[in-house]
Amino acid sequence: MKKMEKIAYNCRKATLLIEKQQFGRLTIGERIELRIHLAGCSVCRVFQQQSITINKMIKGVFNTRGPIILDNDFKKSLQDQIDKNYPNNF
Amino acid sequence: MTHLNSIDPQQWVNSHADYLYAFAVTRVNDESLARDLVQETFLAALERLDRFEGRSSERTWLTAILKNKIMDVFRRKASVLQSLQDCGSGGSIDFFETGNGHWKEGHQPKVFGIEQYDELANKEFNHVLEQCLKKLPALWLAVFTLRFIDEQTTEIICDQLAVSASNFWVIIHRAKVNLRACLQKNW
Repeated sequence: MKKMEKIAYNCRKATLLIEKQQFGRLTIGERIELRIHLAGCSVCRVFQQQSITINKMIKGVFNTRGPIILDNDFKKSLQDQIDKNYPNNF
Repeated sequence: MTHLNSIDPQQWVNSHADYLYAFAVTRVNDESLARDLVQETFLAALERLDRFEGRSSERTWLTAILKNKIMDVFRRKASVLQSLQDCGSGGSIDFFETGNGHWKEGHQPKVFGIEQYDELANKEFNHVLEQCLKKLPALWLAVFTLRFIDEQTTEIICDQLAVSASNFWVIIHRAKVNLRACLQKNW
């Protein structure tokens, strides 16, 4: 019972489990602990919703970045280095 | 006889430079570092041309070399971060009470309009997000990309970065609490 009381009020632990839930899997024990905590803690419920949205938005940012390409000057310098290190006699 | 892929360094820049650069930028989130990594990849590949056996394509081979270089960067950052934490500083404020783990007064998350995901979220918000992401330890972003873009398991990530599982979750957790607070403050 002591352990239950602890998680029921421990927001640090609960938010860590919320992150863990999104990156991998919780054990059954952890799932129960988290559910009990969230049932009684509206602040961590807000955190959970926001945390899930934030992950989706970051993925969105990665996917909507325009074409990532090198500028021509840099490509030219790369080509020069290759030509220098790889004489055309292979 | 099996077909073996050929290799032609003179064509690397034309054929693969943009691909490798985009691959690196997405993972290290730093354009100038990504350029360096592409350059190092080409030079390292030239030095070991004899080890290209032609079983994989040229691009796969070059990407594997680049991946190793990116992991080196991540590992360096991981060890810097760990030594910071071992010294107890970490540099960031704690959002939770030391004893009971409650949210500290004034640090409790508040509803600020991002509770539901909206795919059409506007550009301004993405801008704030990009700014807040820049303030995060690079290691968190590294872990995030490895997990959600490369779809690696957390076990493999911990292993590759030489981070213990418990430290891994502490890093993830701390970064996210900071990121969330940054968004609430600036939105």
